Amino acid sequence: MKRFSTLPALNLIGIAALAVALLVLAPAVLDDFRLGNLAKYCCYAMVAVGIGLAWGRGGMLVLGQGMFFGLGAYVMAFHLKLEAAGPDAIPDFMMLYGNGTMPAWWEPFRSGAFTLFMVVALPATVSTLLGLAVFKRRIKGAYFAILSQALAVAFATLIISQIEVTGGFNGLSAFTSFFGYSLYDPINQRMIFFITAGLLVAMLLVAFQLYRSRFGELLIATRDAEERVRFLGHDPANIKLVAFVIAAVMAGIGGAMFVPIVGIVSPLDIDEVASIGLIAGVALGGRATLLGPAIGALAVGYAKTSLSETFPGSWTYFQGALFVLVILFLPGGLAQLPSYLGRLRPARKQKQVPALQAEGAA
Amino acid sequence: MDVIVSQLFTGASTGAVLLLVALGLALTFGQMGVINMAHGEFLMAGAYTAYLTQQAVSNSDVSLLIALPLGFLVAGMLGLLLEMTVISRMYHRPLDTLLVTFGVGLILQQVARDVFGAQPKAVASPTWLHGQLDLLGYGYPVTRLFIVTIAVGCLAGTAAVLKYTALGRRIRATVQNRDLAETVGVSTRGTDRVTFFLGSGLAGVAGVALTLVTATVSNLGTSYIVPAFLVVVAGGIGQIKGSVIAAFALGIVGAFLTYYTSGSLATVLTFVLVVAFLQIRPQGLFTVRTRSLA
Amino acid sequence: MNLNTRRLAAVASVVVVGLSASACGGAKAGDSASASAESCVDTSGDTVKIGFLNSLSGAMSISEKTVSDSLGLAAEQINAEGGVLGKQLEIVQEDGASEPTIFAEKAEKLIQSDCVAAIFGGWTSSSRVAMRPVVKSLNSLLFYPVQYEGLEADRNIFYTGATTNQQIIPALDFLKNEKKIDSIFLAGSDYVFPRTANKIIKQYAAAHDIEVLGEEYQTLDKGEWGTAVDKIVETQPDVVFNTINGDSNVAFLEEYDAKGLSAKTIPIVSVSIAEEEAAAIDVDLTGQMTSWNYYQTVESPDNAAFVKAFKAKYGDERVTSDPMEAAYTSLWLWKGMVEKADSFDVDDVIEAADGVTFDSPEGTVVVNGDNHHIAKTTLIGEVQPNKLIKTIWSSDGPIEPDPFLEGYDWWDPNGA
Repeated sequence: MKRFSTLPALNLIGIAALAVALLVLAPAVLDDFRLGNLAKYCCYAMVAVGIGLAWGRGGMLVLGQGMFFGLGAYVMAFHLKLEAAGPDAIPDFMMLYGNGTMPAWWEPFRSGAFTLFMVVALPATVSTLLGLAVFKRRIKGAYFAILSQALAVAFATLIISQIEVTGGFNGLSAFTSFFGYSLYDPINQRMIFFITAGLLVAMLLVAFQLYRSRFGELLIATRDAEERVRFLGHDPANIKLVAFVIAAVMAGIGGAMFVPIVGIVSPLDIDEVASIGLIAGVALGGRATLLGPAIGALAVGYAKTSLSETFPGSWTYFQGALFVLVILFLPGGLAQLPSYLGRLRPARKQKQVPALQAEGAA
Repeated sequence: MDVIVSQLFTGASTGAVLLLVALGLALTFGQMGVINMAHGEFLMAGAYTAYLTQQAVSNSDVSLLIALPLGFLVAGMLGLLLEMTVISRMYHRPLDTLLVTFGVGLILQQVARDVFGAQPKAVASPTWLHGQLDLLGYGYPVTRLFIVTIAVGCLAGTAAVLKYTALGRRIRATVQNRDLAETVGVSTRGTDRVTFFLGSGLAGVAGVALTLVTATVSNLGTSYIVPAFLVVVAGGIGQIKGSVIAAFALGIVGAFLTYYTSGSLATVLTFVLVVAFLQIRPQGLFTVRTRSLA
Repeated sequence: MNLNTRRLAAVASVVVVGLSASACGGAKAGDSASASAESCVDTSGDTVKIGFLNSLSGAMSISEKTVSDSLGLAAEQINAEGGVLGKQLEIVQEDGASEPTIFAEKAEKLIQSDCVAAIFGGWTSSSRVAMRPVVKSLNSLLFYPVQYEGLEADRNIFYTGATTNQQIIPALDFLKNEKKIDSIFLAGSDYVFPRTANKIIKQYAAAHDIEVLGEEYQTLDKGEWGTAVDKIVETQPDVVFNTINGDSNVAFLEEYDAKGLSAKTIPIVSVSIAEEEAAAIDVDLTGQMTSWNYYQTVESPDNAAFVKAFKAKYGDERVTSDPMEAAYTSLWLWKGMVEKADSFDVDDVIEAADGVTFDSPEGTVVVNGDNHHIAKTTLIGEVQPNKLIKTIWSSDGPIEPDPFLEGYDWWDPNGA
């Protein structure tokens, strides 16, 4: 425990600084359009916090977070679509692509409360089932990564193939209001930004508590020496499962907020390429740190927008180079930089973030 | 015409393509444990090699035959370069390799797009591949038969190298126990390098063959990479025969599912089936008993 | 621990207070969209900004780059003629990156940050439906240049490509009356245009004694057409109606050719293969049919001038295609509308749109003020050995756009 003694205060200050930047500074200086962009990056950052937990702390490379992001997003989109259609009416696309009737399982999504429940419950249930199946069978490492990626492909393809109920490749769009608040009104768009940024800060606080808890210690122990954790009488499968489910729920909530902000969700936002894109920010910021994933995701989101505005096509080079350079030379992400520099001055060595590789249990 | 016969043959065609793509992975991932997401871009490199060869030779009847070894060399050299510059630095971090090679793949795709343009390139198939062969009342396309032949040829070649040559013995020794192999004097670094060259080269051959059935574009590899990894995982790491069975099983099951449901639903169902299968056999069809692969 | 928990609670409550404070004061749904941003289009100088929004990266860049090019040609020509209402056009080009979400984001940027007077672009249906709520809520204009699945008419969008009654239904009439077909097979990519097109074709077929022998879809990025072609061989239809999009066409036609099918045995009618795509397919397409409203080979002085200008600007090896022509036309039509309205204001332009005409490369086109589509002549073409397409049949003059197919009694939007 000693090793972390200075970290809690630093991390809390970091969260507070990020909260001020997002909730006070950004709304003051950004115009409506850029604030909307920032809200979108915040959604990615929520997913990133979860990836940081599962991958950075738990060692599970989750290549299919797009699936959970998608579950949250589509649940929210179902509700907003019904809201746009109005009471007793059915969504426009069902008349276009289908036979003008709505399947019964869509009906409950008219209720806002049920939708909010499902935004959390659906990713949680799916990830629990999946996690039980995978971790109890001790599927891990590369196998786990490839399986999660294959599931993201399968999920996106499933959405595409069920056009009558999901809108297919086009996705769902043309929403008018968000729980009664018109989406056309800039004041409401600001409100949605505040909710999103607030949720992100809340998730960071959750992660903060988790990392300090006994569970957080066990998770790192499982990442670095799963067999030893087993010998100590813990079931690593359960520890991983909890982290995986929390990450999935965070992704789901990020997805749910993405929908009113961007105004559309389509299979391209949730497939395997989008999923791996979500990893980029986490790697850049520092996967094992508390704030690194979120800040990395915000930075990558911003870079994508601004690069694509200046040089179309250059984004691909940038993203590719980011993966290669950061992971090859700076596996701890940008958060590792201070400790890199610190290593030059041995006196400050105790400030190192938790190491990525097994240091050997002492 | 009999549905069973036609879908068995069509499925076998798909299976042969999958096998050809997965064979290289069976070496690099199966034998070395390296997850190379840029494998798909090595396919693309092979396909563009076929295109360039055709531009240079202009006789489409022979250009394909020249392109096959050339594609092997081009992709193999790309693989060697990747191994020496990037992968050799991260053998102890397999998951990170996945992400780094994904990044390399993105860059290679964009390079291809900038060099060759976004429009697919036309690669004409040789006239001697036109037509069909009558098999059990099914007109089997000669192009597909040719791909099956190449797949079987590559398979036999790989198996022979692994089984009968000194190199193969070194590769197997390294897979089964790296430290022990090192102790008895095997240069595991050198072995890794050659294995990676061979595995990447096979992707190049697959890429040349793919020009016969699909568009030569920069993102050619993206739709093959995930199914190919699934083949290797389902077949069992370190066992080529597992990949063979898995590739044909996936191809044939996919064909029947497409026939009775729809193309997209078939993709979903085959992927889900593989995941379910791994519940029954988490290590895949065949497993190598070793201490290093835990 | 206690101290930290309290601190945590404090931070959390700040967040909650911030949220609730911000939540006050927004318009509820139904308060009308009057609160939406006022137009910021600047017409005080001697230039006016317009936005081009095309995918310059990603899978669709193949096609959309060509549209961007031909829009560029139109802008250059309009500027050379003195601009629109005396103002030179200033182009803001954005990349839609083949992703609907990016299209929505960039459309918003063009309207809100760049203050463009109108947006030109989009290709896939998904890009259009993504931009639609944006142009609607911000009350701007979108000119969409590609044939599409119809069943849509939006106040803020002008559709200069064909709707289904100008492309698909005439093609079916041609097949029924000229080719005397009795059966048809449907192959398409798994997304909205093919699905909707095939829904229309199936109802048409049911009403006209044509048997639909099969309907196969494959995802856009997937090249596995083996089973679908097996079914075509098995059912031996009179014709295959092809709504496959993009690169997937190459895989389909390779498979078609490999299994011994050709224009002589079972011809294909394609609605997404134009000159640009045909050139990239290394299979003999001679004799295969297409349905469009424009081909490079159309013989008219206007088209000759267009093709000549395009090749002069972008190179002799380039070809011109239907969506390129529709995009070129869209910019000229907007100029016509603005000049008729004598204003760049969106509401004035929409008001003035009805009846605006332009002598386009495909012939004279007229804007329909009710549904914002344009009247177009349908041309059935046949692919030549040099991969250009020659007209073999044309409709009797321009067909009035009917996006909701109200003039067709066999059509039931809620039917199967």
